[in-house]
Amino acid sequence: MGPFMSPFNNLLCMLLGISFTVWFTLLLVFIIVPAIFGVSFGIRRLYMKTLLKVFEWATMRMERGAKEKNHLLYKPCSLNSIIAKESTSLEEELKDIRRNCSSPELDDSFDMSDAFYFCRRGIESIVDDEVTKCFTAEELESWNLLTRSNYNFNHISSRLTVLWGLGVVIRYGFLLPLRLTLAITGVGLLVVLTAMIGFLPNGRMKNFLSEKVHLMCYRICVRALTAIITYHHSENKPKNGGICVANHTSPIDVIILASDGCYAMVGQIHGGLMGLIQRSMVKACPHIWFERSEVKDRHLVAKRLSDHVKDKSKLPILIFPEGTCINNTSVMMFKKGSFEIGSTVYPVAIKYDPRFGEAFWNSSQFGMMNYLLRMMSSWAIVCSVWYLPPMIRQEGEDAMQFANRVKAAIARQGGLVDLLWDGGLKRGKVKDTFKEEQQKLYSKILVGTQEVRSRS
Amino acid sequence: MGSRASSLLREEDIEEIKKETGFSHSQITRLYSRFHSLDKGENGALSREDFQRIPELAINPLGDRIINAFFPEGTNKKYTAREDQVNFRGFMRTLAHFRPVEDNEKNKDLTSGEPLNSRTNKLHFAFQLYDLDRDDKISRDELLQVLRMMVGVNISDEQLGSIADRTIQEADTNGDMCISFSEFTKVLEKVDVEQKMSIRFLH
Repeated sequence: MGPFMSPFNNLLCMLLGISFTVWFTLLLVFIIVPAIFGVSFGIRRLYMKTLLKVFEWATMRMERGAKEKNHLLYKPCSLNSIIAKESTSLEEELKDIRRNCSSPELDDSFDMSDAFYFCRRGIESIVDDEVTKCFTAEELESWNLLTRSNYNFNHISSRLTVLWGLGVVIRYGFLLPLRLTLAITGVGLLVVLTAMIGFLPNGRMKNFLSEKVHLMCYRICVRALTAIITYHHSENKPKNGGICVANHTSPIDVIILASDGCYAMVGQIHGGLMGLIQRSMVKACPHIWFERSEVKDRHLVAKRLSDHVKDKSKLPILIFPEGTCINNTSVMMFKKGSFEIGSTVYPVAIKYDPRFGEAFWNSSQFGMMNYLLRMMSSWAIVCSVWYLPPMIRQEGEDAMQFANRVKAAIARQGGLVDLLWDGGLKRGKVKDTFKEEQQKLYSKILVGTQEVRSRS
Repeated sequence: MGSRASSLLREEDIEEIKKETGFSHSQITRLYSRFHSLDKGENGALSREDFQRIPELAINPLGDRIINAFFPEGTNKKYTAREDQVNFRGFMRTLAHFRPVEDNEKNKDLTSGEPLNSRTNKLHFAFQLYDLDRDDKISRDELLQVLRMMVGVNISDEQLGSIADRTIQEADTNGDMCISFSEFTKVLEKVDVEQKMSIRFLH
């Protein structure tokens, strides 16, 4: 048995060794080396085009199959509204009621039908409202062969199921290990190299090397997610001493922006792996990390940010003013802190293409690890990044108005809906001031403006 | 996990809801998807907190009363499993009051009695916004409560009281200092209730 097995064993080991070597060489040549130099072979774009054709075919098959069986295909309701909302305001509606009723001369006339307006608006908001939609993933029109985004998963045709099965095998058996390897390589290199650079004395060499290292590692991470990014208007890229603001959809936003330029990150220090990465990054170039206790102190935060910005040799700061992840169909209220500092603001709009993989991180639905796993087992992450021209706060404009102006520009460029609601509504309650505004308005109509003004 | 909302709703259920409420098949499936997205606990029923999570409803002065309308007194097993939860049938039943009236032409074969979105039923829905204790009468206190909800702190108690008194005087015909449902209907006979209490559902 002994001598019989050993040549077999040897052969096996040799085969394994060869396949690993081939694997790593391919990896190196096609992915890591281009990442270091920032060039691309165009493989990913070809992949993207092929996938699109496959998805279209899959959707066509599903629609045909559904028609044959006489099922109603579920169409996502985010594309067409459930209701058409009336756009009349409180004042218009109440005047309308009073016009048709008995005593229009009396100013403080209350009508029992006044409640109808609030009632109808309330029911309309139950059926369809602007805010809760922003915190769940967007629904797709065509199926992208991922079970997680399918609403009609019945056995439509065997060809489709085979294709889906093939998709699962490719994604979990081939793409996922590949991506994991790349991710580990990228993160590992980042930690090690930045720690090494940390030993150099401050100066031009250190900055130069740090820049190169950061870019290289982020590019490897981009390839680890198979992210296909199109950058527009690179002439507007943020410069030193400025603040870069962008809309926030997922933690991957950071990787996407940082693989095209060097930024100083702002954030809270975490523990574990995240904290390790943060601590080593800050050795190579100055990022702004806060302890958990310092985060609440707004003056401290503002001071550190403005100190950083005044030093022209430091990199531009990257901030996400929404404060939380939104699902990439709209832009929610920007927190005014970063707009009070008074430096040039470089807005950036990021729009993901949801057909290849849903990038939105619904933190109430799944945690970070689960999210990364989903990201790495989707087909790809396709997004567009627009660098908008820099903006400065104008005379007579306060921080909130400036923030809204920047937000409107980002929403317009990215094709997103511009909302006034606070992203904090994801977890917290809405402020009572909005309700009080409505009550005040109604009171004015009821008793006339004079009386109400004298009371408030 | 993606939302498999439509697959949890059976065809028989859809047919029953169609008969009871008059909504079309596609409207029911889309409203089910909305119901499902509001149901954070994923237990097939909505609680008061689920409604209050909608910011636009939370800032509506009559928000709490509207939410109450979904949770009728007494547990009718078809619509609520527990007193503080409403299932999809109950949800649809309440929403059905707001269907526009013209649509009734298509659904002549509705079950006994008036359709849920008739003028009378719409008025009854509004009546119950005022009548908190469900005794079929709007007392002065109940009227004051609703008025207070709508005006907030901007009007004094005395002025609000006189508004309430005047309203009851005008409406009350049988002298019991309360507004019954028929008196309520009489006062609002000139108001276009069908239009004011309807929502345009798209198919």
